[in-house]
Amino acid sequence: MNENGNSLISIQNLKVHFNLGGGGIIDRITGGSPVRRVVKAVDGVSLDIKKGETLGLVGESGCGKSTLGKAILRLTEPTGGQVFYNGKDLAHLSTGDMREQRKNLQMIFQDPYASLNPRMTVAQIIGEPIRTFNLKNGKSVEERVQDLMETVGMSRRFVKRYPHEFSGGQRQRIGIARALAVDPEFIVADEPISALDVSIQAQIMNLMEKLQAEKNLTYLFISHDLRAVRHLSDRVAVMYLGKIVELADGKSVYADPLMPYTIALISAVPVPDPEIEAKRERIILTGDVPSPINPPKGCHFNTRCPYAIAECKQIEPLLAEIKPRHYAACIRISPEFPYIEENKQNNLGVIGAGVSEK
Amino acid sequence: MSETNGHILTVNDLKTYFQTEDGVVKAVDGITFELRKGETIGIVGESGSGKSVTNLSIMRLIPEPPGKIVNGDIIFDGVDVRKLSIEDVRKIRGKRIAMIFQDPMTSLNPFLKISTQLMEVTQLHLGHTKEQAYQHAIKMLETVGIPDAKSRVDGYPHEFSGGMRQRVMIAMALSCQPELLIADEPTTALDVTIQAQILELIKNLKSEFGTSVILITHDLGVVAGMTEKIIVMYAGKVFEIAPTAELFATPANPYTKGLLKSVPDPAHEQGKELYQIPGLPPDVAHLPPGCPFQPRCYRAEEICVQEFPPFVQINENHRSLCHFAKEVYAESIAEKANKSAIV
Repeated sequence: MNENGNSLISIQNLKVHFNLGGGGIIDRITGGSPVRRVVKAVDGVSLDIKKGETLGLVGESGCGKSTLGKAILRLTEPTGGQVFYNGKDLAHLSTGDMREQRKNLQMIFQDPYASLNPRMTVAQIIGEPIRTFNLKNGKSVEERVQDLMETVGMSRRFVKRYPHEFSGGQRQRIGIARALAVDPEFIVADEPISALDVSIQAQIMNLMEKLQAEKNLTYLFISHDLRAVRHLSDRVAVMYLGKIVELADGKSVYADPLMPYTIALISAVPVPDPEIEAKRERIILTGDVPSPINPPKGCHFNTRCPYAIAECKQIEPLLAEIKPRHYAACIRISPEFPYIEENKQNNLGVIGAGVSEK
Repeated sequence: MSETNGHILTVNDLKTYFQTEDGVVKAVDGITFELRKGETIGIVGESGSGKSVTNLSIMRLIPEPPGKIVNGDIIFDGVDVRKLSIEDVRKIRGKRIAMIFQDPMTSLNPFLKISTQLMEVTQLHLGHTKEQAYQHAIKMLETVGIPDAKSRVDGYPHEFSGGMRQRVMIAMALSCQPELLIADEPTTALDVTIQAQILELIKNLKSEFGTSVILITHDLGVVAGMTEKIIVMYAGKVFEIAPTAELFATPANPYTKGLLKSVPDPAHEQGKELYQIPGLPPDVAHLPPGCPFQPRCYRAEEICVQEFPPFVQINENHRSLCHFAKEVYAESIAEKANKSAIV
């Protein structure tokens, strides 16, 4: 999926595997796991993020979406693959060179209570990245901090205050100001609104959109809230157990989902309208997300999929372009026959792209 | 037992205050509502609006001190829960009124087997023997859809996923076939696909056992499909109460309108600015003299700063706490007519 030159970040077959041990001599003696156990949190993800866009990343807990976000910024070390940014492979930079790059790549964290140091004032928190990168010094740091606070909609007078004096929404604004302090090009926003009240969520989403327009920012917006992702994102990637299973522009993913997991995920979102709710037929998935330690063979979703056939347990589906710029990973759909419900009724078997597993 | 008029629960002018260093916090300040048998009511509000305290008050679970129910009646099936001794409350709690909490991770005891925790309830309330209780526990786990209940009943909470634990909590809550189930944010900690499972489960159990349900949530989507009636709370007050369909179609309170508009819906185009309620939820310890929502309200006038708003009756089942409730209601009706004209 090398889409041409306008992508800001290009992720190629990125992998983050966590080794849980097992399978060694010691394990055999002490009664540990006889086989090596590996969590494949991110397992071969390829994505292009275009300049100035918001790419939404959705999925249930444990699907690896946060790990992917962190691996791009090397806050978690990738175990394989590349992340290209400005022609440099971030995944293989030295620590020092990577540190230099973080000026352009920032992160907003989920928990506004845990991500701010309680013993630092707002001025120190927002000023820290400015001092670290020697962008400004002396009095001008203070001015820059106050400007940033105004940018995110907070009063300049609050600079001497500590995080505990602020509400969740205000703390999230401080977190955003800190990310903006170095004038980054790319921001990974990891569940930035999920800890906030409904009325505050709208404020933070609007702020993020406003800043994007003003500063031409590129976002990777990670969330489990499909409504928020729909609202903010130009394109949406759906993740399941370490893999991207569907990728398209926001409208298509919601109006015309192709992969069975996406169809179920979207149908599960409650709509704040009793008339629609009464008419809607909901697809209720059975069971939980399987453990990422030993994910099901073949298509990871086959254990919960209402359309699964025997081959789904053996063939691993590949992300293929089913419709123009609409990618999905399922062996039961193809560009000629994109709708799984119809394909099921017509008894079509394996028609899509996949690789056999032993 | 006195007359109940088919109401399982009547809450009348309930006030629960907390003494804090910051002064008296009126967490719940004059709440009135009724719940019919078999009905589901939704309580919606942001953090600190008093929705959880309302329900802890009904269960008499307010820690005293610092909290205290200072006023009001809580009539459950003809009996005033406030006047009961704590021993009598215990006989109701868990048996006739059951509660599901938000966090299934912390509301089960990690040291005890699932079976022990489930058996405790029926041994205490229904006088089950150990064997009866054990069998009943298995039956309940099957009812809530835990696969292979016979072997899983002897597992520990850590062996269950979040959705499974919430199922166990529901099994526990329903083991005595309670008449009233209070579900406090039952799906907030869960993924959407699991949330859909749990909501479906509550719906099915409700129709099977005829349980009345109070569903507390901050998610307007969740209450839309689950409830017959909705209460919107803000700063410890009921801001609006109405049948579900009417509340969504023609809200009569600026806060409700704002909440409804600030949720992005699938029809909302990307790139269009989302409606936002300005400002922050109020500090309940220091409320302004007038309407508590006035600093954030798009419609506020001088009177809203000066005087506390009246609870205006819009029609038989619809009330709204606002000086301009009737005007806001008319606005909503006009907007709705406009919308359907465009469609």
